[in-house]
Amino acid sequence: MSLSRREMAEIVARDIPDGSYVNLGIGQPTMVADHLRPDSGVTLHTENGMLGMGRPATGGEIDPDLTNAGKQPVTELPGASYFHHADSFAMMRGGHLDICIMGAFQVSATGDLANWSTGAPDAIPAVGGAMDLAIGAKQVFVMMSLFAKDGQPKLVPECTYPLTGRGCVSRVYTDVATFAVGSDGVRIVETFGITVDELISRIGVPLVSSPFP
Amino acid sequence: MEAGAAVSVIKDGDTVLVGGFGMAGMPVELIDALIGHGAGDLTIVSNNAGNGDTGLAALLAAGRVRKVVCSFPRQADSWVFDRLYRAGRIELEVVPQGNLAERLRAAGAGIGAFFTPTGAGTPLADGKESRVIDGREYILEYPIRGDVALIRAHVADRLGNLVYRKTARNFGPVMATAAAVTIAQVARIVEAGELDPEVIVTPAIYVDRLVPVEVPA
Repeated sequence: MSLSRREMAEIVARDIPDGSYVNLGIGQPTMVADHLRPDSGVTLHTENGMLGMGRPATGGEIDPDLTNAGKQPVTELPGASYFHHADSFAMMRGGHLDICIMGAFQVSATGDLANWSTGAPDAIPAVGGAMDLAIGAKQVFVMMSLFAKDGQPKLVPECTYPLTGRGCVSRVYTDVATFAVGSDGVRIVETFGITVDELISRIGVPLVSSPFP
Repeated sequence: MEAGAAVSVIKDGDTVLVGGFGMAGMPVELIDALIGHGAGDLTIVSNNAGNGDTGLAALLAAGRVRKVVCSFPRQADSWVFDRLYRAGRIELEVVPQGNLAERLRAAGAGIGAFFTPTGAGTPLADGKESRVIDGREYILEYPIRGDVALIRAHVADRLGNLVYRKTARNFGPVMATAAAVTIAQVARIVEAGELDPEVIVTPAIYVDRLVPVEVPA
């Protein structure tokens, strides 16, 4: 069976080392927070200016001055800190964040990331913090479905959509397999409801099936 | 100072830095006063391009903005900007969020330009100078200066020292340094000495005008 979005989030959470500083992108990556163990010591960064972000705020907790990067109301944990935007992005660009997790339209075999624009002529371009995160975090994890709605793989030899960052992705978590992207190519770490042979036949990227060391 | 008097310094054609990330930290009352003041042909620098029908969106809807410099214009509730953009009635410069913050910081800190890895190898680096430093490609980015900055802080003292509240801080402190005239709307103004000097985020040297705006409890 392929994985549900919740199961994907669970698997990503499992791979985050205890004590990491982590940025969760807007959308599906946000769900990873639900699966972090309370004693993991993982600190969540939100690029609008906070470390130590807690769960979403509800009811009387909602404070319009306390939101995440998706502009949703959130809570603060003990030990949280606030800082302005230049500090928040210097923290990223300076390589202080351990992991950021983002969605993607495409990831290439060399870890190029495309997740901000489809290049459609009538689309309004919007990039937000994606390019800063892509080059700033020590590791970039991508969460996405492996195949687009039309069946085309989103793990590709080379991205056809405009890039967000070059050679930045180290892990790709999908509904049917997890991949590690390294200098030696793309390795299959784990599969879910699909055989390695089928994966290889459906993706135009050379795959190494040995487990990641 | 009253909001209308504070923003009267803004002239047609000015570049106005507007704080806020979505509505958090958005100086809505100052923007309303700017709409009332009537200056047009403005370049607005802000993270977003307006949400809903208030604040920045209302300024756009009033037809006062020639160009928006921002990182993320397209949102579920950015219909005012979307309509103007699709009709070809507004220019857009998309800047990665961290570059936006750093270009503002550079302006405030007297930095002539800086090399950043953000955007290297992407269409947003097209036409820009690049340099390989220690084996990595960096892109040259220039400062963004404002004629006026409109920001929202939490509490000010009478000298203009500012403290902020939670994630509403966002662009306020960097924008305050990057404009010739900085106008801060605050929930409360206290006497000098009432704010702990250890917790002041924006020193008064960066703040020119204060506008108290009561917030509903």
